[in-house]
Amino acid sequence: MKDQRTPLVEMKNISISFGGIHAVDNASVDLYPGEVVALLGHNGAGKSTLIKILSGAYRRDAGEILINGEAADINNPRDAKKYGIETIYQTLAVADNVDAAANLYLGRELRTPWGTLDDVAMEAKAREVMGRLNPNFQRFKEPVKALSGGQRQSVAIARAILFNARILIMDEPTAALGPQETAQVGELIKQLKREGIGIFLISHDIHDVFDLADRVSVMKNGQVVGHARTEDVTKDEVLGMIIMGKVPAKAIPGPGAMQMA
Amino acid sequence: MADITQGNQTQGAQASRARMADENPVKRFFRATEIDTRLLGMVGALVIIWLGFQVMTGGLFLTPRNLWNLTVQTSSVAVMATGMVLIIVTRNIDLSVGSVLGFCGMTMGVLQAQVLPQYLGLGHPAIWAITLACGIAVGAAIGGLQGSIVAFLNVPAFIVTLGGLLVWRGATWFVTSGQTVAPMDATFRLMGGGTEGSIGATASWIVGALACIAIVGAILNSRKQRKRFGFPLRPVWAEYFLAILGCVLVLGAVFVANHYYWPTNIARKYADANGIAWPDGGLQISHGIAIPVLIAVAVGIVMTFIATRLRFGRYVFALGGNPEAAELAGIKTRWVTVKIFTLMGVLCAIAAAISTARLNAATNAQGELDELYTIAAAVIGGTSLAGGVGTIAGAMIGALVMQSLQSGMVLLGIDSPFQRIVVGVVLVVAVWLDTVYRARAK
Repeated sequence: MKDQRTPLVEMKNISISFGGIHAVDNASVDLYPGEVVALLGHNGAGKSTLIKILSGAYRRDAGEILINGEAADINNPRDAKKYGIETIYQTLAVADNVDAAANLYLGRELRTPWGTLDDVAMEAKAREVMGRLNPNFQRFKEPVKALSGGQRQSVAIARAILFNARILIMDEPTAALGPQETAQVGELIKQLKREGIGIFLISHDIHDVFDLADRVSVMKNGQVVGHARTEDVTKDEVLGMIIMGKVPAKAIPGPGAMQMA
Repeated sequence: MADITQGNQTQGAQASRARMADENPVKRFFRATEIDTRLLGMVGALVIIWLGFQVMTGGLFLTPRNLWNLTVQTSSVAVMATGMVLIIVTRNIDLSVGSVLGFCGMTMGVLQAQVLPQYLGLGHPAIWAITLACGIAVGAAIGGLQGSIVAFLNVPAFIVTLGGLLVWRGATWFVTSGQTVAPMDATFRLMGGGTEGSIGATASWIVGALACIAIVGAILNSRKQRKRFGFPLRPVWAEYFLAILGCVLVLGAVFVANHYYWPTNIARKYADANGIAWPDGGLQISHGIAIPVLIAVAVGIVMTFIATRLRFGRYVFALGGNPEAAELAGIKTRWVTVKIFTLMGVLCAIAAAISTARLNAATNAQGELDELYTIAAAVIGGTSLAGGVGTIAGAMIGALVMQSLQSGMVLLGIDSPFQRIVVGVVLVVAVWLDTVYRARAK
């Protein structure tokens, strides 16, 4: 049952609390190369918080993170990027007032030999990457504020894949999108998966992610209810995990599993 | 028009070409030349103000002499306004710039008039440089301190700099117990302008020519770069138009500066001293460009370079647009804040050098209310208090607008209380007009 390879990411016994509230309590999840793991749960179940620890936005109180089997020291977003972890946030963390190329390279700008910004080279690369993701995209000179939700989403995704991410975290990647754009994102996830990138998909809506994911990990009240392969369980069973914490037979229960009488 | 543009938004290049064809010639002109219509609106407002005063004063306003003085008077606030843009872009404010100017000015005044002459002797050629370097160091230290409190102790910039407003004004008094320090070092005084502090006709034409070469070079370089990557190019006529416009403006400014001649008595003294025979029509010696104006223009160019060409500038705007995104992108946002305030302190010191040199004295009231003129200049110049938006050039034009109003009202003999009322009203109206413009531009 257990995969013999070294996991790409292993988060072990992670805990974090804010002002006495255990947002994440002793949670463990893992991710293998070329695998899509959906992290499911209600709003406030702790999934976004858990993943923000991996992406360096929050610092954990306890637990450890292993990347390729080695302990990783992640204290801020820059550390996470060093390990090849890229995050696409639910709020689409883009700077509205600068253009697409500037956003793609934010924090990692290309520079000329004189130390100035190489805007032309960045725009060229941006055109190339965006051309692959969203061939219709033409508005390179305008601030991101002027773009539609889907276009902003493609900018956020392009930014993540531009730097050869090995681990991609997508928080509600399709929440702001129309059906056509959602399908595009789905295609993109499959493509990235073929390239051997490990992907965490975070969602409160099981329908968004069930068909894309290889495994699901369900959280409830800050604890992990259980893990399951999507081929072993039905959507209804996963819904039971999300809502009641009831773990089906073929899933591996976690600390948050409902205690059977 | 708004509906049509929105409908076309998602359809890419085809639609954008179609949109170009739909546009009237005026719109096509602005798209091709990529002239910022906001900036153009401000220049338009400036021209209207100038022409208005010209008519009202019966031709006194648009004279080489008045325009020359106007630019010299603007330079100190213009220098600080360039830094204020970056501060406001990151959703901060700096209320202490006037007091920091006062303190830096007083430090530099005491240093060059009382301290350094003791060691180097009065009029030593290094005095001005040492003084300026120390002044800039003091400004940077004050800015760095205020920035650190904002960034690392999380005290709002409004409060930190409100405290700074009082602290540095008090410190200015403290240095000499309120006494005025004068006179300034002779070389240092050149930074203030005047007949001595101008570069003369020949040097002005050389500066103008170099500026024209730089403009043409920049346009050619940008075209070459865009060609290299196969990006859409501006039409050739637009490139010519921009190059010619830039050169005409630069050479026009030099022409005006060169037509402001030395006052007769100073010219006569100069003629006597150099053994030149006094001609019948009087000796006409051009002022040329004033040194403080050159300093302000240089600061403007450097600051524009920092804001648009350096990574630091990119971070400043990203931080102003979405602080959370900037943080998540791995930008050290706190350090960026410290650097911005430090830069502001340095600019205050440069402004202090200009204003003490111009006054030929350091007083404890120097720079009072300058914080408000500086903020007003930045805001009139299109810097949004909501953060993320602003240009250096706009702020400098904003400073020129403010100074034009004041100087025009002085020429008209309007009472000083009424001057303030007008300036205050103009500030509010300008920002209201800008809000209307932005709402319509969406």
